[in-house]
Amino acid sequence: MLIKRTRSSDVPFSEVTPERVYVSRRTFMAALTAGTVGAAAQLGAEEAGAARAAQAPLAGRRNPKYVAVDKANTFEQITGYNNFYEFGTDKDDPARYAAQLKVTPWTVQVDGLVKKPGNYGVADLVNFNALEERIYRHRCVEAWSMVIPWIGVPLSDVLAKVQPEPGARFVEFTTLKRPAEMPGQRSAVLQWPYVEGLRMDEAMHPLALMVVGLYGKVLPNQNGAPLRVHLPWKYGFKSGKSIVRIRFTDKQPQTSWALSAPDEYGFYANVNPSVPHPRWSQAREKRLPAFFASTPTQMFNGYADEVASLYSGMDLKKNF
Amino acid sequence: MEAVQSFLKSRWFYALVFLGCVLPAVSLGWDTWQGDLGVNPVETLLHRSGRDAIGLLFASLSVTPLKRLTGWNRLQRVRRTIGVWSFVYAFSHFLIYVVFNELGDVQAILEDVLKRKFIFAGMLALSILIALTTTSTNGMIRRLGRRWQKLHRLVYVAAISATVHFVWGQKADISEPLIWAAGLTVLLGLRVVYATRKRAAARLSPAPSR
Repeated sequence: MLIKRTRSSDVPFSEVTPERVYVSRRTFMAALTAGTVGAAAQLGAEEAGAARAAQAPLAGRRNPKYVAVDKANTFEQITGYNNFYEFGTDKDDPARYAAQLKVTPWTVQVDGLVKKPGNYGVADLVNFNALEERIYRHRCVEAWSMVIPWIGVPLSDVLAKVQPEPGARFVEFTTLKRPAEMPGQRSAVLQWPYVEGLRMDEAMHPLALMVVGLYGKVLPNQNGAPLRVHLPWKYGFKSGKSIVRIRFTDKQPQTSWALSAPDEYGFYANVNPSVPHPRWSQAREKRLPAFFASTPTQMFNGYADEVASLYSGMDLKKNF
Repeated sequence: MEAVQSFLKSRWFYALVFLGCVLPAVSLGWDTWQGDLGVNPVETLLHRSGRDAIGLLFASLSVTPLKRLTGWNRLQRVRRTIGVWSFVYAFSHFLIYVVFNELGDVQAILEDVLKRKFIFAGMLALSILIALTTTSTNGMIRRLGRRWQKLHRLVYVAAISATVHFVWGQKADISEPLIWAAGLTVLLGLRVVYATRKRAAARLSPAPSR
């Protein structure tokens, strides 16, 4: 077994191998050309635990730079315990209700300070021939964490396709608002649609991933199908799901959680063990499904080598 | 009516109430044993034990109003049992937090209590329940005399702070704790009604005996 630890984000992938499902390129291409990416996701999202077989396969080349240090969570854990308030505030609500969501057809509106604005399909933004698998740690602001083998492409590749203008300093991601299929949106627990955003240099960072799958499968609805971002050095809520709009702007976006509770959730939301949430410490975390919160939380969730320079000179206590 | 009264007197009634108090614990224990607590087992344990504690606390506060509304005075005999079981769940809730979330780190817990108002509210409720449980024996009731009733009025403070703990502990969705808060408002409101009536009656009754 070859484990070459070159950076803090590395993880031996031997541990996740049993969970792998690999398919031939032909099967994968067939699934895509048939336009079944979303339809299959829908099929598979019925119940946590039962969805795996139904989920269409989607292979990505494993990126050896990003293979986590810790054991990956199971497909059932990753798809059965979600914060996706669009479907309800209980952790099992997304697995229960996400099957109602129709993810085909899917259009992403690209606008703002960008040279190629317009409406794009998922395949227009994501190069499915360049998919890679990255095993990332995922740290929720609620002090639990998982390890997830995502499939996607660098967010920077997606953004480069639409050519942001030099004046664009921020990018804003808007999640679908469709209360008929997203029962959680029928109550005003948050501002709908859900809005998240990044500084351009954060969005262009090679760690930022545009995700379309996990565990060798098309992304299940409860995990943000058909298109979501994942930012492993930030708390989970920064990673917008089921994205329908990408807007480039020169002003810092008004993000949903920061609007809902500004003293609890900041714009940056970088994982930081020394900045507590007002209601709990962030020094340690529970690596699910563990009982004990015994995993020390690492600065930038263990990705400090790669991202710390983005924030040099900034007061991270103030810009939490 | 006769039948109800004699049932309330019987040991079956007591057994039924006792069973109702124990059942949530048995179900929690069973689900833990079966590994049926979901992806975040401790979160499930905390939510369920907390809800059980509040539910039983409110049940114990329902005894007096129920008694007055129905005239079934025998209901009174299960109030202590329900109250003590509420403490059992509240203390388990606390222990789960101490052991699994705080790893027994006393300093971290103290910091939590002092810096985090939602933890403070929960700890206040628990402290009161500890005091009430330890003074709930027949011997203590006798020894404390009139002071016993005064002390046990703190149960209202415990119920309020437990509910506040529930509300403040939520991230965004406070719909469930608000339903509990509405229930508590009814239970406490009835006390206000009783007290006002009693005072009015007291004002009228001391008729001059000349």
